[in-house]
Amino acid sequence: MTATKATNDLALLQKVSAFIWNEAALLDAKDYDAWLDLWTDDGMYTLPIGDTEDFDNAVNLCHDNAKMRRDRVGRFQRGFAISSAPPAETVRTVSRFVITRVEGDEVTVESAEHLIEDKFGRQRVWAGNVTHRLVADGDSFRIDAKIVRLLNSDGMLNSFSYLF
Amino acid sequence: MPKFSDLDALYSPDAKVATSMYEDPDLFKEEMERIFHRTWVWVAHESEVPDKGSFKLSHVGLEPVIVARDRKGVLHVMVNRCRHRAATVCEVKKGKTSSFQCPYHGWGYGLDGSLRALPYPEQYGDDFSKEQHGLKRLRTESYQGMVFATFNEDIEPLTDFLGPKVCRYIDLFMKQGGGFPVKVLGEHQFTVPMNWKVQLENTTDAYHFPVVHKSFMQTLDGATEDMFDFLDKGKGWVEDLGNGHSVMMMIPELEDLDANLDQPIPERFEGLAEELRGEGYPEDQVRKIVRAVGGAGFNLNLFPNVSFSLAFFRVLTPVAVDRTDIRHIAIGMEGGPAAANRARIRLHEHFQGPMGFGSPDDAEVWERVQRGTKGGEDLPILVNRGIVDEEPGELGPRGHISAETGMRAAYKMWKRMMSV
Repeated sequence: MTATKATNDLALLQKVSAFIWNEAALLDAKDYDAWLDLWTDDGMYTLPIGDTEDFDNAVNLCHDNAKMRRDRVGRFQRGFAISSAPPAETVRTVSRFVITRVEGDEVTVESAEHLIEDKFGRQRVWAGNVTHRLVADGDSFRIDAKIVRLLNSDGMLNSFSYLF
Repeated sequence: MPKFSDLDALYSPDAKVATSMYEDPDLFKEEMERIFHRTWVWVAHESEVPDKGSFKLSHVGLEPVIVARDRKGVLHVMVNRCRHRAATVCEVKKGKTSSFQCPYHGWGYGLDGSLRALPYPEQYGDDFSKEQHGLKRLRTESYQGMVFATFNEDIEPLTDFLGPKVCRYIDLFMKQGGGFPVKVLGEHQFTVPMNWKVQLENTTDAYHFPVVHKSFMQTLDGATEDMFDFLDKGKGWVEDLGNGHSVMMMIPELEDLDANLDQPIPERFEGLAEELRGEGYPEDQVRKIVRAVGGAGFNLNLFPNVSFSLAFFRVLTPVAVDRTDIRHIAIGMEGGPAAANRARIRLHEHFQGPMGFGSPDDAEVWERVQRGTKGGEDLPILVNRGIVDEEPGELGPRGHISAETGMRAAYKMWKRMMSV
């Protein structure tokens, strides 16, 4: 396996940043159908607990394949989930992009995410380190893996009615 | 003399709960003293401290404690507070160590809490007794790997407090090991702005399930959805097991996981069964493991802070009158097939925790209870459902699956403990 540090490829950095910012905008807007379309069929969306890398054999906050992502979105959209009807409003910033690996048509990007949720007039702040593994798809990308490591993931959290 | 002498006004004989029960800080303080300081409180599962030198942090009521296993394998629970100037001696959530040292002035304690050494002891004089300055220790007993501790030296033994019927249900629950010892696989933790009793009431409340968890039910296959439709089938029950404990039998055919092994394997577990067969497990063991993976058919609520819920442990830790920490502990099979444990973990993630398809909805309604409590202080909270057709059980009443019998069991114990 050859990995190339490609942080100096500003054109690629701009392209992946634009993609991830667009994803962030979709999530804040709760445009979940469009978000589902960003994924590869085999992609996994994972929020681990602690610093494990073995997500399959560990308890995660979520570890979603395509079916679980669709079910999760369906739960948000149907209006029967009291925690999502209404959901918290969110505003997030994703930044500090570093491309850590480019191989063939795959790009791995690390970033920092800050999310503020508002519900019941109460605001909460969350922060996480995000890894996207993106696969080139025409002029854009698809998400093949997204790992969000929340700060304090192995401590006391709240319940979440949105995605990171 | 108890400060709250009119307990009938707080929990009436006809099962109505005063609003102040969820929001009076003085009452909360009294509860921490009279209940959490005086009874057996769950602190850990033995698999969380598996080896000599293993430890983990926990709580007994508001008090931070360390659960540690010493070199002889004996479990100790002690207050996480240096006897010198009160600093916590451990802030690592879990791990392995040979001792605990206070970071402030260097007092060092053994795994059993005994004071081993302190720098420059001479200034305390010749009669300073190290024996009397160990970490404050709690009485500690276990049943089926469940570790409980108490500040009350005079309390009855743990198994007497639980009683034989509770012990029997714990034995049944642990059959989820599928022939292997039960082991903690991980946990979800979240905090909810609610009084601890709001959660205490929830574990044997079947009435809320189809309403609050409708969106979870919609993600199940037909057979599983049908299995969770225990309210309409009406075969289950809820029963007061004495001392505040209660059981809610939702799916009676899953009461004993070793029974009915010849039943067809549910569709959702066919893939797992095939994987286990592929690994060389004989058919009878495949059936036993698969049946265990689905979880037990009941919730068992132990007063005051732990419940056994279908396939996991739920622990509540009171933090303030209107704040409670919740832990959902995933369990699996120690030394069992990885595929079976993975299946259990995925089921756990599906429902439990901050991003589960069930827990956030529970958390939302719990918070709504606390928010609603601000209105209509004169209105009582009703936990009298099903009182009309309860039947006498062995240790306490037994009611319809959706009856609030379990809550009444807890409040009966609450009243008993608050009155002495």
